[in-house]
Amino acid sequence: MSTLTLEQILEGRRSQPNQLIEVLQDIQEDRGYLPNDDMRAVSQNLGVPLIEVFRVASFYKAFRLKPTGRIVLTICLGTACHVRSAHLLLDHALEQLGVKPGEVTADGLFSIECVNCLGACAMGPIVKENGIYHDHVTPGKLRRLIETIRHREMEAKSHV
Amino acid sequence: MSRLNSFRELEHLREGLRERLEKYTTTVMLCGGPGCHAARSQAVIDAIRKELSAQRLTSEVRLLVTGCHGFCEEGPLMVIEPGNLFYHRISPDDAFEIVSQTLVKGKVIERLLYTDPISCKKIQTEAEIPFYRLQDRELLSQNRRVDSCSIEDYIAAGGYTALAKVLQSIAPLEAIKEIKASGLRGRGGGGFPTGRKWGECQEAPSDEKYVICNADEGDPGAYMDRGVLEGNPHLVLEGMMIGAWAVGARKGYVYVRHEYPIAVKHTRIAVEQAREFGLLGNNILGSSFSFDVDIARGGGAFVCGESTALMASVEGKVGEPRPKDVHTVVDGLYHKPTTLNNVETWANIPGIILNGSSWFASKGTQGSKGTKILALTGRIKNTGLVEVVMGTPIRTVVFDIGGGAVNGKQIKAVQIGGPSGGCLPVDKFDLPIDFDILSEAGSMVGSGGMVVMDEESCMIDVTKYFLTFLQDESCGKCLPCRVGVDRMLEIITDITEGRGKPEQLDLLEELADTVSQTALCGLGKTAPNPVLTTLRYFRPEYEAHINEKKCPAGVCKALITYWIDPDKCTGCKVCLQVCTYGAITGRKKQVHVIDTQLCQKCGICRSECKFDAIRVI
Repeated sequence: MSTLTLEQILEGRRSQPNQLIEVLQDIQEDRGYLPNDDMRAVSQNLGVPLIEVFRVASFYKAFRLKPTGRIVLTICLGTACHVRSAHLLLDHALEQLGVKPGEVTADGLFSIECVNCLGACAMGPIVKENGIYHDHVTPGKLRRLIETIRHREMEAKSHV
Repeated sequence: MSRLNSFRELEHLREGLRERLEKYTTTVMLCGGPGCHAARSQAVIDAIRKELSAQRLTSEVRLLVTGCHGFCEEGPLMVIEPGNLFYHRISPDDAFEIVSQTLVKGKVIERLLYTDPISCKKIQTEAEIPFYRLQDRELLSQNRRVDSCSIEDYIAAGGYTALAKVLQSIAPLEAIKEIKASGLRGRGGGGFPTGRKWGECQEAPSDEKYVICNADEGDPGAYMDRGVLEGNPHLVLEGMMIGAWAVGARKGYVYVRHEYPIAVKHTRIAVEQAREFGLLGNNILGSSFSFDVDIARGGGAFVCGESTALMASVEGKVGEPRPKDVHTVVDGLYHKPTTLNNVETWANIPGIILNGSSWFASKGTQGSKGTKILALTGRIKNTGLVEVVMGTPIRTVVFDIGGGAVNGKQIKAVQIGGPSGGCLPVDKFDLPIDFDILSEAGSMVGSGGMVVMDEESCMIDVTKYFLTFLQDESCGKCLPCRVGVDRMLEIITDITEGRGKPEQLDLLEELADTVSQTALCGLGKTAPNPVLTTLRYFRPEYEAHINEKKCPAGVCKALITYWIDPDKCTGCKVCLQVCTYGAITGRKKQVHVIDTQLCQKCGICRSECKFDAIRVI
């Protein structure tokens, strides 16, 4: 999954504390979350106290401190999605997968995330499967989506 | 491309680009905006591109992948010029037919035309569609003229003319005077006069100043800034350049949400292109003006919509607001004078410079000038991005442009302005989209999110939604917001779960009043608005929850029961099979029954029933 080294991410940004959020964004984009070791290295390289790095990482919703599942289902809970019953989708996904938001299923396949708005409000409720958007989702559609993904991943695994 | 070193070179380039475009006989504009993207328009774009090259049409037909066209509900959308032919809900399978029939033979494909819901007639052109006809798409229409990732398209369409005009002939103070005279007010929420902001920043003594574009768009249910920045990033950059020239800034930032990866990408491309063309950097177009822009990605914190919090975030810090004893126009980013405007505000600047302040001021009302982009969403037929002249009644937007409710339901309210705004009932729909008048009614124009609700939306549940959002997003720095929102949410939760008491309503009002008077920042001060407006306009719904323990809209789980309408149930067994709790029983072709003891009210049966037989009481 990770393709960039910390060296590459930090290049041209060393000793610039104002680059903290940008650097953390890039690390997460590459690794899917913020590993502890990386945060220590960022603290040293940017000249920001480690506690401040953790403070920023835990303040902003964008950052994850734990790895995700291979498939991240992001459920949009924006106002437009909410009035079209997005809360039922969240309840349903948590029930079907037996996890809480931010947790990973035992097989490492799924994690569920909630987001305040994905900005595709007209097509709500929206559920994002990694980078793919699914529009006008209902509890029934979500259930089939989860089953389809599970099936697809099992097939892929048995192929390997 | 080499750098443009003078105004003449820019004009020369423009002429060359226009000549190049004239070679095309047909332009196919495919929407790649947020709504169409969610409806998987990329597959359509790929299919059309493939067909065009397979049928050897690439030198005559120009495929333009643009930003949002607006009518998101009907996406993916396509407009073919000349002729203004409008196709909707296109799938990749339609590509062959569109290219071989419409583009080659000029035949219209009936099946892809939009049907007018009232007259039931097929409509050929975009301009005739009621959704578009009642709008004044000053900004959004520009999306359609350019490939979002092409500075050449932007220049060919007249881009950077306004920048050239100020650099050549308008002094900074004159530019500020012009913006003041236009009456432009901030589109991000506050509605503060833009020209005054610029003027104060210009006057602030400092050798270093900044301009910032707020593209954080934290309001859930709003995406107009995404639509503009993604679709036409150079328009926003040009506005920022003019602002920077006026206030005397050499550096600017676009603060954009990380949840909008396409907006981030398009802005990055635009900045790189502008640098390459010498429109950012030193001595822009050979003038004495030097300016550069960087991109800062937001971390997904609603509080960063507040100016001081946003600036802290640009500095790489935690986004907490600070008291604004001295305004950010004097003491802003890195304690330097800073002009912060949102995407739509910046996008309005080039038009005002080109057409003059009186042109802009001729549209709108006494206190609210120009047009406003609204994100029309929720329980309404025509969802999408809508741009209307300020002063347009809410009714026109919801019923005439929006097409009214879905499935013959009754529209009950519209929530305007996001979590800081308020819910207005149908009898207030004659109010105009106007900063001052909506504020008086307890709501606000805000950034322009309009979420429509019908009889199946519970106003108490919506209030609970906003309070949950605000509790989660409260940065925690000041007590009134941190604790006040918490206590209000507690009371509302009691009401939605059947534990509400009549006297709690007075307490709720008192709390709301205290928070709005004592919170530190604007977001805290407006946090009680959803509570106050629903209490003001929808009190009977609160009373039904408290006194009768009923949710009239059928949303609050603790107060509702699912049942199957025997007149509609066909006994198809679909609900029975999807129910994971074994709560539904029945034989094939016989009416099914829900065991209310086992039912968890998850709603899956209702979403799967094709006969609308499952009801909530």
